[in-house]
Amino acid sequence: MPVITYREALGQALREEMQRDDRVFLMGEEVAEYQGAYKVSKGLLEEFGEMRVVDTPITELGFAGVGVGAAMAGLRPVIEFMTWNFGILALDQILNSASKMLYMSGGQYPMPMVFRGPNGAALQLSGQHSQSFESWLAHMPGVKVVTPGTPYDAKGLLKSAIRDDNPVLVLEGEMLYNTKGEVPDEEYVVPIGKADLKREGDHCTIVASGKMALVAMQAADQLAKEDIRVDVVDLRTVRPMDVEAIKTSVQKTNRAVVLEEGWEMAGIGAQVVDYIQRDCFDDLDAPVIRVHQADVPMPYAKNLERLAKPDVAKAIAAVKNVMYRN
Amino acid sequence: MLLQRRFEERTAEAYALGKIGGFCHLYIGQEAVSTGSLSVLRPDDYVITTYRDHGQALARGVPPRAVMAELFGKVDGCSRGKGGSMHLFDRNVNFLGGHGIVGAHVPIATGVGFAIKYRGGDQVCVCFMGESVVNTGAFHEALNMAGLWKLPVLYVIENNRYGMGTALHRASAIHSIHERGDAYGIANAACDGQDVFAVQRAVRQAVDRARKDSLPTLLDIQTYRFMGHSMSDAASGTYRPKTELEEWQKRDPIVLLRARMKSELSDAAYAKLDDEMKALVQDAIDFAEASPEPAPEALFEDVLVDTTSDSLGTRDSELGTRVS
Repeated sequence: MPVITYREALGQALREEMQRDDRVFLMGEEVAEYQGAYKVSKGLLEEFGEMRVVDTPITELGFAGVGVGAAMAGLRPVIEFMTWNFGILALDQILNSASKMLYMSGGQYPMPMVFRGPNGAALQLSGQHSQSFESWLAHMPGVKVVTPGTPYDAKGLLKSAIRDDNPVLVLEGEMLYNTKGEVPDEEYVVPIGKADLKREGDHCTIVASGKMALVAMQAADQLAKEDIRVDVVDLRTVRPMDVEAIKTSVQKTNRAVVLEEGWEMAGIGAQVVDYIQRDCFDDLDAPVIRVHQADVPMPYAKNLERLAKPDVAKAIAAVKNVMYRN
Repeated sequence: MLLQRRFEERTAEAYALGKIGGFCHLYIGQEAVSTGSLSVLRPDDYVITTYRDHGQALARGVPPRAVMAELFGKVDGCSRGKGGSMHLFDRNVNFLGGHGIVGAHVPIATGVGFAIKYRGGDQVCVCFMGESVVNTGAFHEALNMAGLWKLPVLYVIENNRYGMGTALHRASAIHSIHERGDAYGIANAACDGQDVFAVQRAVRQAVDRARKDSLPTLLDIQTYRFMGHSMSDAASGTYRPKTELEEWQKRDPIVLLRARMKSELSDAAYAKLDDEMKALVQDAIDFAEASPEPAPEALFEDVLVDTTSDSLGTRDSELGTRVS
């Protein structure tokens, strides 16, 4: 099976879906002539032309609204934010227009559109460019939120997102674009709302998604050396969340750690813990522990940034903690 | 125009009786703007507007019964009771909704224009907005793209001089607001909004420009609302004197039109027409009263399009028209 990068996998998904349906177009900053700020859209302008691969001014609120209008008139827009840090300028269009147009119109105006872009901290980008928006975006009804952690999932989920008749928010891992993985040549999609048990073990469950799924796998590798075997439940979609997959795993392992890139307060991990306490109260052998970013804006200095971020070492410590191995 | 006037009068009455709830913004005084503008559109054109949307909905052909039932929060409302006064939608007449966040629907209109151009169509999108919209970022972002990409959108400012209680001259650095179009290379003009024929002329010119040359226009159509900002606001008060209101009422668009039609419309004919409109509105109210409330199950309907049958996401959507 071919091994390609996460960025190439996303590019393949866009190309294939644009070939498949000529209502699909890509719009955003630097997507066309520059070939994409992260090169996800490399080659698309040449193949599809400037009507379908559209460079915009730096105007997130504006072009997100253009996407909403185009969807109302029957197209299937893919709106790229250079990063979700800039995407919040368009939150009004996502929350007040896209997420509730179908409901407010009594079912008359679906929003078959995608908002996508990199999410989460990269390296030393400091406060305004290092944020994770899973919990902000997953809070609202009327959207789906996917957070692929591997090239395979990135391609399959983006294809599903583009075919979905609802607004789908695709949170790509900024640090994942160069990661590699197997992606088959043949056509496939990954269903939205289905978690993937990325690794099996019976001592503890780690629930994660996006970049944290990779961190979870790395932690699992190291824990295996100490004969601690973990289940890694990669959520892949945070809204709607695959509660059944979490439940099945925790009922087997009786212990859970939840990893997330965002802050603690009202984070995605809090929602996961809520599902666990509801469904697995009598199964738990230890309180669930969350690993998340420190409750501070992201600092610039290397040492401080390391302290602020959730990472493999913190994940391992948390697993040992719920196993009372510390 | 007369239908809109009589409809809004009864709406105010029903609101006072508690039949209608929430925020409710009446259109009385501005009827020539919707009527003149929408009289030149084709059925396949698009219309989008703000939360003061009853007049445009009726002028576009949304049935009065469906509008009133929506205001009453009933299942036969044009948005099935989910939208209310501020969010009237009707796909049958390409009425893309009343929108409640000031300025937010302007980029949506630009997107409709983009879709028209994408498909190579010759439709037009008309976007109504209050004059306070011109100070929002969304307005400027939207007009820049419409000018840049040459999109067939007509931006109609219904300039009723007050954004809630703040007068235009207290909110905008320039008062001749159509000139804001100059910044984006967009043709622009001001026009008398109490004279339905003046509105029609200006809009026809702009619609032709959009249809034939795929170019946007910004029109400042100057009007006045004879009622308060919403149902909780008096018609005159701290922010605008009664004398000003009375001056504008002398230019009531219906009175002006009636005077223009003196030779064609006798008093008896006018009275008959008025009675017909009143009966139409009464019928809408009766219909709205009789229409059931949405079923409790409707609470969770239409949050998302149901894609559960779409096992692997391979279903082709039936939405829209494929470009060939």
